[in-house]
Amino acid sequence: MSALLVIDRLRVRYDSRDVLRALSLEVARGEIVSLMGPSGAGKTTALRAVAALQAFDDGQIVVDGFGLTPGPVPPESRLRALRRRVGLVFQAHALFEHLTALDNVTLALRHVLGQSRADADAVATKLLSELDVGSRAAAWPRQLSGGEAQRVAIARALAPDPALLLMDEPTAALDPARRGALGATLRRLCEQGRGLLVATHDAEFAREFSDRAVQLTA
Amino acid sequence: MLRDSARHRQTCGVNVHVLSLAVALSMQHGQPRVLVWGGDAEGGAPFVEADPADPSRVRGFDVEVADRIARGLGGGRTARFVQVQWSNIDQSVERGDFTLGLSGVEDTQARRGRHAVTLPYFEFREVLAVRPDDQNRIHDLADLRGRRVATLGATIAYDLLIAARDSTGMIPVSFDDDVHPYADLVAGRVDAVLLDHIIAQRALRRMGGRGFVILSQPVAVGHYVGVLARADSVLRDSIDAVLREAMRDGSLEQIYRRWSVWDDSQSVLFERILRTGAGAAGAAGTPARGSTPPAQVVAYLPSLARAAGVTLLVSMLSMTLAVFVGLALASGRLYGSTPLRILTTAYIELIRGTPLLLQLFVIYYGLSGVVRLPALLAAVLALGLNYGAYEAEIYRGALEAVSRTQLEAARTLGFSEAQTLRLVRGPQALRYALAPMTNDFVALLKDSSLVSVITVVELTKQTAIYATNVGSWVVPGALCAIVYLAMSLPLARLARRLERRWGGRAA
Repeated sequence: MSALLVIDRLRVRYDSRDVLRALSLEVARGEIVSLMGPSGAGKTTALRAVAALQAFDDGQIVVDGFGLTPGPVPPESRLRALRRRVGLVFQAHALFEHLTALDNVTLALRHVLGQSRADADAVATKLLSELDVGSRAAAWPRQLSGGEAQRVAIARALAPDPALLLMDEPTAALDPARRGALGATLRRLCEQGRGLLVATHDAEFAREFSDRAVQLTA
Repeated sequence: MLRDSARHRQTCGVNVHVLSLAVALSMQHGQPRVLVWGGDAEGGAPFVEADPADPSRVRGFDVEVADRIARGLGGGRTARFVQVQWSNIDQSVERGDFTLGLSGVEDTQARRGRHAVTLPYFEFREVLAVRPDDQNRIHDLADLRGRRVATLGATIAYDLLIAARDSTGMIPVSFDDDVHPYADLVAGRVDAVLLDHIIAQRALRRMGGRGFVILSQPVAVGHYVGVLARADSVLRDSIDAVLREAMRDGSLEQIYRRWSVWDDSQSVLFERILRTGAGAAGAAGTPARGSTPPAQVVAYLPSLARAAGVTLLVSMLSMTLAVFVGLALASGRLYGSTPLRILTTAYIELIRGTPLLLQLFVIYYGLSGVVRLPALLAAVLALGLNYGAYEAEIYRGALEAVSRTQLEAARTLGFSEAQTLRLVRGPQALRYALAPMTNDFVALLKDSSLVSVITVVELTKQTAIYATNVGSWVVPGALCAIVYLAMSLPLARLARRLERRWGGRAA
């Protein structure tokens, strides 16, 4: 079976400085890959390039058959297939402040996938329950703890059912107990046939929960 | 995002200081050697105008009458002119800004009741001006049922029109100056103008004798007088003696002939005054209305309510327009192509960098050659287009306040740019914008008073008219303030509440 994500000699330059020089990695379905390295090593940049939020200068990215090439980010109208395949959980969660936890999850279901309000609510409620924040469905983002906000953000990214989930520093704000719970959750997501690429500088988390780790140097 | 609330206000404080200085100088060494008199050079020739040869000096028949009075009072007195807005002459003379008000001041019973008034020195006729097409149809006020008739506010002519409104159903339109009524007559915005024959003839000369005709049959006859503070009746008697002497020795006639305002009715007036002695020519106009203040206030309330309604209507329509203009400008600035961005930025800077008063004049009078807008529409357009520029900056700031990562999150979820604006960015920006928008509406409510310069009688203008009628600003000013506060205070409270609830960017 071919890899879900292939990054081949990815190079990103900022102000004539290489942020990423020749990053190559693969993520298969059902696999968790950790992208390790100190701050400034380019972990977030790599995730943003895969999510087509960031242009790159050289190399190639292929997500489940959808290829990205060097040069400016294509317009959104040409990225629809990629958007269906890739979900991204931001380090700062970036929940929509004006919507409840439930509506953060249903928004894309209703307006991108065209589901009815009832169907979207059902999907979102199920996702939030699976992530153990079902009781917080009616809460506003500002009322959520860091861990709760993270799980709502995961639910939001998972709602359109992407094959590949990208996560940026998911353990940054979590205590050890929560970290263990998150690891277990991510494992469960993988067992459904997804691939996960997790940017982290948390070596212990990487060792404990990922199948492979790729090390970046600053 | 708060703005300087004084930006539209006209500066009028400077004049006051100049005036008090002039009074102080004139009073030096006990005996005044200078007769300080007030008039409005904006009224122009032949009354008082800036001398084209030396704009720091004034000339006109009222200037020469003042000179003649000063000379006649003896003691080597000279006349010194101070500028005052015509409608404020009575208030200023009572304040002591000058000793004698003289600038086409009309003889009315109300004025005689409140101030020391000289004998009449000039007789004028209230004449109707109409477009040439109408001169066979319109002969007097009764022929103007349902038509718009313009005049200068707070004059005998205005009182005549108000009385005719009730009896014939014509529509009085009040102006702040005596030039634009004729311009609007020619432009077709009004159907007739009722004003002093001197003013009508001057306007006709300015237009090269075309555009309108002056009806020969006068609607009424009135007189110009000098006005002094109530306490100055002794000086007034001396001035009356000088005027009589000037009528007798022909110096007044010479002045009038020099300014081409002499006619037979002046010699009849002079004869009558010299024969009867006192200023018995009789005051024109309606008597001061209502005898007791409470009755006056009650009688005034309906027009106050109507004016407050106009203020509210103009403000709400303008704000609605401003919101749409602001949204269009802000989207142009944030999402538009480079030329559109430059264009919207230029508009915003142009509007914010020039006075609203100027914009009002340009839209109402400047554009009248291209499109003749009704006054209310012009007012709403000017205010809406002006405030739209300020709203645009509020919306731009509010849209930019929505965090970039939320917009990126929306992209990764597959939203188009339009969906992101509609579902994520817009709703949050609205929360940031609501409080400053409410503040702007309060400011707009007050700025709407400026539209009185284009004949819309709103709250402030109605108050000024009422204050002129009753001869005091105390009660009208207080009533006006109460109505403004009743409209703005609830809004200010709402703004504060919204600010508290949504003020923090991190919400």
